[in-house]
Amino acid sequence: MTEMAKTRVRSGEKELRVTRSRRNVAWSGVGAIVVIVVLFLFPYYIGAGTTGIMVQALIVLTLASMWNLLAGYAGLVSVGQQAFFGLGAYFVLIPAMHGLTPWAALPIAAIGAALCALPLWWLVSRLRTGYFAIATWVLAAAIMLVIEQIGSIGGGTGEPLPGLTGMDPAVLAAYTYWAALTVAVLAIGGVYFLLRSRVGLTLTAIRDDEQAARSSGVRVGLARLLVFVVAAAGCGAAGGVLAIQQLQVVPGTSGGVFSVQWTAEMAFAVIIGGIGTIEGPIIGTAVFIILQQTLESYNAWYLIILGLVAIVIAIFFRRGLWGTLDDKVNLRLLPTGYYLWPAGDTRPRFRRSKADVAQG
Amino acid sequence: MAWVNAVIQGILTGGLYALFACGLSLLFGVMKVVNLAHGDLATVAGYVGVGVVAAFHLPFLWSVPVVVLAMAVLGYVLQRSVIQAALSRGELTTLIVTFGLSIVIENGLLQFFTSDSRGLAVGDSFTTASFSIGSQITIAWLDVYIFILAVVVLLALQYFLSGSKYGRLIRAVADDREAAQLSGANYRHVFGIAAAIAFGTVALAGMSYGLTTTIDPTTGTDTILLFAFAAVVIGGLGSLWGTLLGGIVLGVAQQIGAQINIGYEQLGGYVIFLLVLVVWPQGLTGRRAQS
Repeated sequence: MTEMAKTRVRSGEKELRVTRSRRNVAWSGVGAIVVIVVLFLFPYYIGAGTTGIMVQALIVLTLASMWNLLAGYAGLVSVGQQAFFGLGAYFVLIPAMHGLTPWAALPIAAIGAALCALPLWWLVSRLRTGYFAIATWVLAAAIMLVIEQIGSIGGGTGEPLPGLTGMDPAVLAAYTYWAALTVAVLAIGGVYFLLRSRVGLTLTAIRDDEQAARSSGVRVGLARLLVFVVAAAGCGAAGGVLAIQQLQVVPGTSGGVFSVQWTAEMAFAVIIGGIGTIEGPIIGTAVFIILQQTLESYNAWYLIILGLVAIVIAIFFRRGLWGTLDDKVNLRLLPTGYYLWPAGDTRPRFRRSKADVAQG
Repeated sequence: MAWVNAVIQGILTGGLYALFACGLSLLFGVMKVVNLAHGDLATVAGYVGVGVVAAFHLPFLWSVPVVVLAMAVLGYVLQRSVIQAALSRGELTTLIVTFGLSIVIENGLLQFFTSDSRGLAVGDSFTTASFSIGSQITIAWLDVYIFILAVVVLLALQYFLSGSKYGRLIRAVADDREAAQLSGANYRHVFGIAAAIAFGTVALAGMSYGLTTTIDPTTGTDTILLFAFAAVVIGGLGSLWGTLLGGIVLGVAQQIGAQINIGYEQLGGYVIFLLVLVVWPQGLTGRRAQS
């Protein structure tokens, strides 16, 4: 969040400075905390209907951040994240059916989905790009079929979530909102600090040149595994929040927790907002919710328009809304990469050269 | 006897799955495009078939060339516009664009045609005729026709790609786009033609599926895309006959699953798919997988 200590490295005769950003963004850390505090106070000021929409937004935001980590940083284009989303919902439902309060089951949802990701990674890790994408989709379909066979957790028709029935609706709405907000903040914060850690460097190295990274001893497979597991945990927690919000878990590919629609929403939000930036999913989620609320009474239209917008942005503005803005004014509020200052250069340049873009 | 029946029905369904997989395989082989909208485009073909029959009161079989031609033109146009634009921007963009198309088509169908399922040539003796072997095995003529159609399409593709001048041009462009272009080939046009052929097979797949059972807007991804992909992976990438074998293995696994428990039909197919992925990652006929 703060500008990194000005490391001086020797490169030939010239002195270079390395910072996290081209601008001092110390205030964006403070800004983030203020935003989170304000968001936490929301239920005291706004009605349950609005917090309901906010919960939807926070679920999509969590999912989008995870998909951004997968596709934007690790090159793993998964179309099967609904598998972990659905598993998360069931990992809240099952403990709740045994008497555990659903709030306490949320961490179980995250951990359970992460544990499920381990064997699934083993299955799909040998595939790349498009084949990886469809294989994750097949896995999601297979997992749904297995769960639909288990009658004790609702089989193919679903099961209401016990444990929250006696609560005052307003209090329940507020608690649900806080749970969703906590999950979203942890997800974005987790991705942010993960990318600023050594793992972030590893992922950048893989993205720039996988062969070179491999031959320099970077553990490519391990880094991808870590990203896959973290993304599963995030999607699982989001699925748990959905179970609490809907007070039921319904499987099924159309409208249920295993619908590919969830992956469509997260992927399109990332593409529209700007893939490969922390801010992108936030902007994309805002666009998504505005579209969804505006076109609410027109059934499937919001997904049609969202898909079309994503196609246009993917082709013509590959870096998305935030990335395009960043190109113009050099603005990263939550930077994860490094910026190399040429000797004698003290002001940020407002136009990026091609080389800078490659640096991220 | 029930098991023998399951195997026979599975083999015949395998032909349909191989037909599903043709277009997916061809687009990947030539352009390295993994078309996530593959299944939805087949569903569109099914809907167009229903529409053509209803609008022009044609006998069903007459509508087949119309739909195949329409889909081929759509394939050429889509390839020259959206897919080519995505392709020149990289793999991620291609996946996003085809995934976007998939979601747009599926929800578009849902919006305009509701979620009601529809069938092609419902009640026609063509779709209901069958013959029996012994007392327990009844085979639908339609399944036999579709199996034969799949084999004919695979043979024609095989002959076209290896024997004809244009097929060799397609393979040349697939192998080395720059070199082919230096020799005077317009790779964009060649890609367009390949997409047109692929979409033609997609039309056959969608209509065949619409004949054997009913289609609805979610058929494309839930069934056609995933089964096509499973058939390709089981059979081995880049091999047309592997695709037929993959389709048959998938079909038999599903029928055996259904024989054990009616709810295990699809699961049986996916279990075999995962098993192949673990044990023979290159597929049953596998050359080395390159993806």
